Amino acid sequence: MDDLLLNQFLLLGAALFCIGVYGVIARRNAVLVLMSIELILNSVNINLIAFGAIHGSITGAVFALFVIAVAAAEVGVGLALVLLIYRNRKSVDLNDVAEMKG
Amino acid sequence: MVAQNLFFYAFAAVILFSALRVVTSQNVVHAALYLVAVLASVGAIYVVLAAEFVAATQVLVYIGAIIVLFLFGIMLTRAKIGRDQDLTHDSWIGAAFTGLLLFGVMAYSLIDAFGWTRTPLPADTRIATINGSNTATVSDSIFSQYLVPFEAVSVLLLSALVGAIVLARKD
Repeated sequence: MDDLLLNQFLLLGAALFCIGVYGVIARRNAVLVLMSIELILNSVNINLIAFGAIHGSITGAVFALFVIAVAAAEVGVGLALVLLIYRNRKSVDLNDVAEMKG
Repeated sequence: MVAQNLFFYAFAAVILFSALRVVTSQNVVHAALYLVAVLASVGAIYVVLAAEFVAATQVLVYIGAIIVLFLFGIMLTRAKIGRDQDLTHDSWIGAAFTGLLLFGVMAYSLIDAFGWTRTPLPADTRIATINGSNTATVSDSIFSQYLVPFEAVSVLLLSALVGAIVLARKD
């Protein structure tokens, strides 16, 4: 344990990604699903910056900045959609939004 | 060398614990506050990797703006403040199985592919720095090589702003 390994960062990213996937599938509240999507986007950013560091390139950091900007846009539109669902049916329980279910 | 490893493992432990609390907490506001701990620790991991500008952006955009948006969303949808047993599906076992299976596959392939590859430390990093910082390198890169994606992100943010106002407006 005298040097940083690339796999430390990649495995941390993988674990965070899987926790986010669990949250997206298991949660019923739409706001909590959006929070789990933020976990997934952060795990992707850790991977981008780790690969950028190991290749001595700044591109990883630049793409991480783009991902942060896209995440901000996604949360803005996503919460507007959740607000619209709440206004129409007085609930943000995803089990209630099932008209498309066959 | 050991100091960076200690830093990494301390913040990795905070990330994993808080992320698990985000997806298992029965209180919506607590989940949002645990998300703050995750985002701040991920910013600390960026500092270990010598990406201090991304770390600053993480604090400003994620903790400063996105968490506030989430708290507004929680308040506007009148989620029960306090414990709420209905936040998780009854079939969460299947979701946990999916997550564990996905992690097993990814961990196996990562260890198989990258085994003991070393990360260059920030002190002797090969990233070209100006006055000991790579913020100037990032901005040079954004405004020359990645100018078109940068402008596309600007248009995306504008359209997301207009779209959010159109969706959420009362009429």
